Amino acid sequence: MITALIVMAGLALVLGATLGAASVLFKTQGDPLVDKIDAILPQTQCGQCGYPGCKPYATAIAGGDADINQCPPGGDEGVRKLADLLGREYKPLNAEHGIEKPKSVAVIDEATCIGCTLCIQACPVDAIVGAAKQMHTIVADLCTGCELCVPPCPADCIDMVPVAETVDNWKWRYPVFELKVQPATLPAKEAA
Amino acid sequence: MLSKLFSFNGGVKPDPNKSLSTREPIARLALPPQLVIPLHQHIGGTPRPLVSVGDKVLRGQRIGAADGNVSSAVHAPTSGHVVAIEPRPMPHASGLSSPAVVIEPDGQDIAIEREPFDWHAAAPGEIRDFLRDAGVVGLGGAVFPSHLKLNPGKSGHTDTLVINGAECEPFITCDDMLMRAEPGNILRGALIMQRMLAAKQVLVALEDNKPEAAVALKAAAQALGHASLEVVVVPTRYPAGGAKQLIRVLTGIEVPHGSRSTDFGVQCFNVATALAVWRALEHGEPLTRRIVTVTGNVERPRNFDVAIGTPISHLFAAAGLKPDTDKLIMGGPMMGIPLPNIDAPVVKATNCLLASSPTLFAPPEPELPCIRCGECARACPADLQPFELYWHSRARNFGRAQEYKLFDCIECGCCAYVCPSHIPLVDYYRYAKSEIWARERDKDAADSARERFEFRNWRADREKEEKAAKLAARNAAKPAVKPTDGAGDAATAADDPKKALIEAAMARARAQKEAVAAKNTDALTPAQQAQIDVAEERRKRASALSGSDAPAE
Repeated sequence: MITALIVMAGLALVLGATLGAASVLFKTQGDPLVDKIDAILPQTQCGQCGYPGCKPYATAIAGGDADINQCPPGGDEGVRKLADLLGREYKPLNAEHGIEKPKSVAVIDEATCIGCTLCIQACPVDAIVGAAKQMHTIVADLCTGCELCVPPCPADCIDMVPVAETVDNWKWRYPVFELKVQPATLPAKEAA
Repeated sequence: MLSKLFSFNGGVKPDPNKSLSTREPIARLALPPQLVIPLHQHIGGTPRPLVSVGDKVLRGQRIGAADGNVSSAVHAPTSGHVVAIEPRPMPHASGLSSPAVVIEPDGQDIAIEREPFDWHAAAPGEIRDFLRDAGVVGLGGAVFPSHLKLNPGKSGHTDTLVINGAECEPFITCDDMLMRAEPGNILRGALIMQRMLAAKQVLVALEDNKPEAAVALKAAAQALGHASLEVVVVPTRYPAGGAKQLIRVLTGIEVPHGSRSTDFGVQCFNVATALAVWRALEHGEPLTRRIVTVTGNVERPRNFDVAIGTPISHLFAAAGLKPDTDKLIMGGPMMGIPLPNIDAPVVKATNCLLASSPTLFAPPEPELPCIRCGECARACPADLQPFELYWHSRARNFGRAQEYKLFDCIECGCCAYVCPSHIPLVDYYRYAKSEIWARERDKDAADSARERFEFRNWRADREKEEKAAKLAARNAAKPAVKPTDGAGDAATAADDPKKALIEAAMARARAQKEAVAAKNTDALTPAQQAQIDVAEERRKRASALSGSDAPAE
């Protein structure tokens, strides 16, 4: 009886100490779930979800404050990935936050630009170069297409242009076997 | 002497159809009225154009400079004038356009003066730079810049240099005809490569369905008399010409997933690349021409020696395209890509132009469900499981497809060739690969955007802190401003120096106002006095009505 108690108490002590040491040694910095969600989000930093950037939205999802269908740039595929990661049910994109659009980049009409720097301040990824009273331009490779620079522009000189398909970013289409239209159906239609 | 040949798993034996285009020797094709030379013809960076519209160019003149080391130069194939630098349709499955230099030949074909370069005396690094600037890239189909592969790496030497003349794909005969025509120069190129790679042996391999080329190469090898150089005839089986498959047949080395043959001391080049190296170093000729097989549904199938940039329509016109052609293919029937545009130019990768007709290639039969027979796995020369790749690609489950080593697939088409359900398996792999690449590009873009966004936030915080620190420092250096009339609250003034400043300014303004008196109120006439009294009366009434604090005066 006493031996059993001593053994159990000893075991409890050893295991408790091990767990305590492990919690100190292997302490995770920050919330790993937030980083996983953040990795799925498209990083446009557009704020369409209602949060000031992708990371805050990821934090809100992880905390249960936001739903997974609030990110239009991530699109349907993004929602599916989030649903997969979080073990939740897929739901279609919430139209309140916007609709999925083809990837675009902002282009400044350089002849109209007055050099007010408002778009530079609005750009979340520093993709616009220019100075006060100097023409501004957008580095297309860095633009995430968030559209945040469009409303502040007083000269209305920023357009969102869909990214053109080139030899480098062209994709093979999903194989589809073409069905031939039967010409026999045409006379029947005419008769009707 | 190579005592034993090995074998690779799988493979198929399609009808070779090579005799169509080997009856006639290589013909040098006349120049077209316009040459369209794409700037980007190889793996790696797009060359920067070195000429502008209206410039006169000479044969062999560099018109595009290599952009970085993983790139290659582009040259003018003849003398003429640059008429445009603009996007032109490419020989690419998409049919999309890409920047190209358009040259109108002047018919004189004047060569540019050759820069003297003695490769015998040059260091390997200098030879590599020279080859990069001569635009020498792999002509077997991958168009990888050759100078990058001609580096023995850290070990400083290579065991085996394989010169690939297997040319296993049906219909294609450009390497066969080249080996028959210039066996000696191919071997001389191979010996230069051997020197650069410090290779112990050179194996020139070709399939046993090219006996004329084998005889020619063996005779040339004997004439050169190098003990380390050997011509090896390998059994004909598609895809024996795949680099990994050929290396396995010759050396028995199976290059595993994620490594390169270089890691095992083996390097492989196409025969045409060896010839291009020899021409570049011995004659200073950059790569501006190549041999192209024009075959299939044409009147006179044969091989042409054409200038790069020649429109494909020009070649088909020379070979006589038959009217019932329904499809054009660049490459062979197994691995070729559909050509949507006949006016696209010949590029460094163009080894064969194949015209297809319903009688030559029966239209594809309807795709039936996979019956899991496993024929594709038996035929796969890369030892993959094509049916697994197919299921995951079809279900857009790209992560799983990658786990089954989708990127080890060489798209040889053996699986689709043997499939009893006529599934276009390679189309699914190509689709999955391009989707994965697109996702990787998006991921890289997202990572860079995240980094930039975080940096921007960090910078905004830093600027805010700096501003606050600067203000605090200024206020600490300056004593608090004393209010001039003592009316300001001493406690608030001490608390907030800004408020004190405002108080002082207001007090100054009040004092100034008191000092200034109206000067038109002296010596008034009775009429004026009466008017003023009426106005004052009116003002009093107004202020009484509004009930608010009227002006004090």
